[in-house]
Amino acid sequence: MALSHLSSTRSNRFLRPLAAAAAAAAASSLCRPISTSTEPLVIETSIPFTPHKCEPPSRSVETNPQELLTFFRDMATMRRMEIAADSLYKAKLIRGFCHLYDGQEAVCVGMEASINKKDCIITAYRDHCTFLGRGGTLLEIFSELMGRQGGCSKGKGGSMHFYKKESGFYGGHGIVGAQVPLGCGLAFAQKYNKDENVTFALYGDGAANQGQLFEALNISALWDLPIILVCENNHYGMGTAEWRAAKSPSYYKRGDYVPGLKVDGMDVLAVKQACKFAKEHVLKNGPIILEMDTYRYHGHSMSDPGSTYRTRDEISGVRQERDPIERVRKLVLGHDLATEKELKDIEKEIRKEVDEAIAKAKESPMPEPSELFTNVYVKGFGTESFGADRKELRATLP
Amino acid sequence: MATVFQGLGATAAITAAANPLDSNKFLLSSRRSFSGKKTSLVVVRSDGSLNLNTGSSAGARRLDKLVTNAVATKADAAAAASASKPGHELLLYEALREGLEEEMDRDNRVCVMGEDVGHYGGSYKVTRGLADKFGDLRVLDTPIAENAFTGMGIGAAMTGLRPIVEGMNMGFLLLAFNQISNNCGMLHYTSGGQFTIPIVIRGPGGVGRQLGAEHSQRLESYFQSIPGIQMVACSTPYNAKGLMKAAIRSENPVILFEHVLLYNLKERIPDEEYICNLEEAEMVRPGEHITILTYSRMRYHVMQAAKTLVNKGYDPEVIDIRSLKPFDLHTIGNSVKKTHRVLIVEECMRTGGIGASLTAAINENFIDYLDAPIVCLSSQDVPTPYAGTLEEFTIVQPAQIVTAVEQLCQ
Repeated sequence: MALSHLSSTRSNRFLRPLAAAAAAAAASSLCRPISTSTEPLVIETSIPFTPHKCEPPSRSVETNPQELLTFFRDMATMRRMEIAADSLYKAKLIRGFCHLYDGQEAVCVGMEASINKKDCIITAYRDHCTFLGRGGTLLEIFSELMGRQGGCSKGKGGSMHFYKKESGFYGGHGIVGAQVPLGCGLAFAQKYNKDENVTFALYGDGAANQGQLFEALNISALWDLPIILVCENNHYGMGTAEWRAAKSPSYYKRGDYVPGLKVDGMDVLAVKQACKFAKEHVLKNGPIILEMDTYRYHGHSMSDPGSTYRTRDEISGVRQERDPIERVRKLVLGHDLATEKELKDIEKEIRKEVDEAIAKAKESPMPEPSELFTNVYVKGFGTESFGADRKELRATLP
Repeated sequence: MATVFQGLGATAAITAAANPLDSNKFLLSSRRSFSGKKTSLVVVRSDGSLNLNTGSSAGARRLDKLVTNAVATKADAAAAASASKPGHELLLYEALREGLEEEMDRDNRVCVMGEDVGHYGGSYKVTRGLADKFGDLRVLDTPIAENAFTGMGIGAAMTGLRPIVEGMNMGFLLLAFNQISNNCGMLHYTSGGQFTIPIVIRGPGGVGRQLGAEHSQRLESYFQSIPGIQMVACSTPYNAKGLMKAAIRSENPVILFEHVLLYNLKERIPDEEYICNLEEAEMVRPGEHITILTYSRMRYHVMQAAKTLVNKGYDPEVIDIRSLKPFDLHTIGNSVKKTHRVLIVEECMRTGGIGASLTAAINENFIDYLDAPIVCLSSQDVPTPYAGTLEEFTIVQPAQIVTAVEQLCQ
């Protein structure tokens, strides 16, 4: 079976010399291990980048088998995690608002592949996968979603407030668009401290119509701040399609005097290339806008069925043609980096990991009542707080 | 606030403990502040005694001392304030600038952002000269985009910078309300303590000289229920400089309310470095008959009324509450326990203002000590009119204060 794959590969530049030998080995029913090679592999993105006032990067993306398999694993974990969160929400273990990212995994995985932990990422409320990509653990995520002590914000933040300071993940914000000026502040601090790092401020096509975005863009361009504004365009702002909300749907052009790039957000390699290009560009020339053309399978949040403003055919069409995980799967199989069975085993392993994390998170206790009053102010400031009835739950903070 | 007390340990404890009642009210600290170095400095409490203890138990050792009259009308009063050294005279906006400059010298992470703060020097001259000294990256002229630059300040604070955001007029910060409420106040909580937001948001507000309705707003009433922020109001050059420095050093987000009409107040302040406690009220004039609580510009109306009241034989105790969130219920409570009558004089609107919250707080905690209901004199619930006479009727005038005290003390 490996031999037939070899003959039908697409336009890859290098044929690994070992492939033939490996194929022979496989044919002789010896189980070949999954590829961990770091030999470079150059793959072309399926569609070119569309530039605005800049030179687009090349369509040929350099990657390697290990990276591709990491992409597969990371995206599959994120997908599984979001589906599990869906079930937990329906089981009423997650309450409030729960905004799921499945379908958009390529954006955060591709971004992570091109940056380091000193670069900052700030996003809005659809932050579970971005948090995972920045180094969060499944246990932290599920504990926080269920409001337990073990959560990344000690159960006090919830789905929309994930943060990880040491990995440069600044959240996690509930108000649409408010995170973009914060992102400019992060970039300002990076410039102030003279690190050679950048900030990615993510927002959606709905938030792209917010005034504060243009205010922040103006200031960033004026002061040459190292910020990359990433519009995750999933074509629907809550329940309103983009053509009904925006006069100009070319979000990458909206910066006008700021260069922009439109990227196929379902192609993890295109995202990686664009983010790498953007980082280099921004450190020399000031802000840039990236528009990631992506799609979400779930509704805006768990309270939105997602089918009243779009057809099920559209959703399943995108799933069949553009799904990011399927693309990587085809790439991996096409370049013979792993077999179908191995990929399925990875997925089973991930499922098990996720289930274990959920079980462990369910055991984590709810926060103590005294936690209500901690972290309102930074420790060292004495204050007294009262409970709702003004008599009980009185806590005197140190 | 812990950092404020660190320097006290070695130098202050030995000498000060020996003689707290000394007329040398300020411990001399010979080391000037330079960036990166920690000086030993003294927290001078509002009554002139030295603060030797951390935490609220310091109140137990309060001394009833008359603090100098904040409006430096008499030379001997001014001299008594800084007995050790003559000090220097300056206007309130210069005091703010001094505090700001000292903190910027001391800590590289302090930066100022706002409209016209840099090359123009600040619309009220608070930041004049700072851009030349510190450069464009530390004193930033922003475009007219309050939402964005307040958000920027908060984002920068998340990484560890200590920005000071200036609203040209407090009323303009309404455009940044979302950033102040959600991101500034709540991020420390929703991140489970990961981020601190050591930002200072300051600007002039209040009813000025016929500036019209939109430029005469009092935002302390809108911001007071945001959890996680601290609010202070300065009223004299002395406490302006002290509060500015304390606010910059605080790890919590602090909103410093200044008043448009108070910028040209002149007072003699000490040469040595000092800080005012952010959560403490200032005893302006001790008395026996009635407690008058006030802040910012109304302090001067109250002191004017106090002169008339003293002539009429009353002995009002005037407290400048300074800390609008949280209230210094310790000082206020002790005063209520002594006088049993409370009058609140404020510039906020009647509905939902600081006075309303203060009335509720005092009623809840000290109802047993009150001989009469609390009277709260506030501005009228109207947009501030342009006409001079109407504008005078909007805010509380000294005559009204005198009448209220007479009625309460019957």
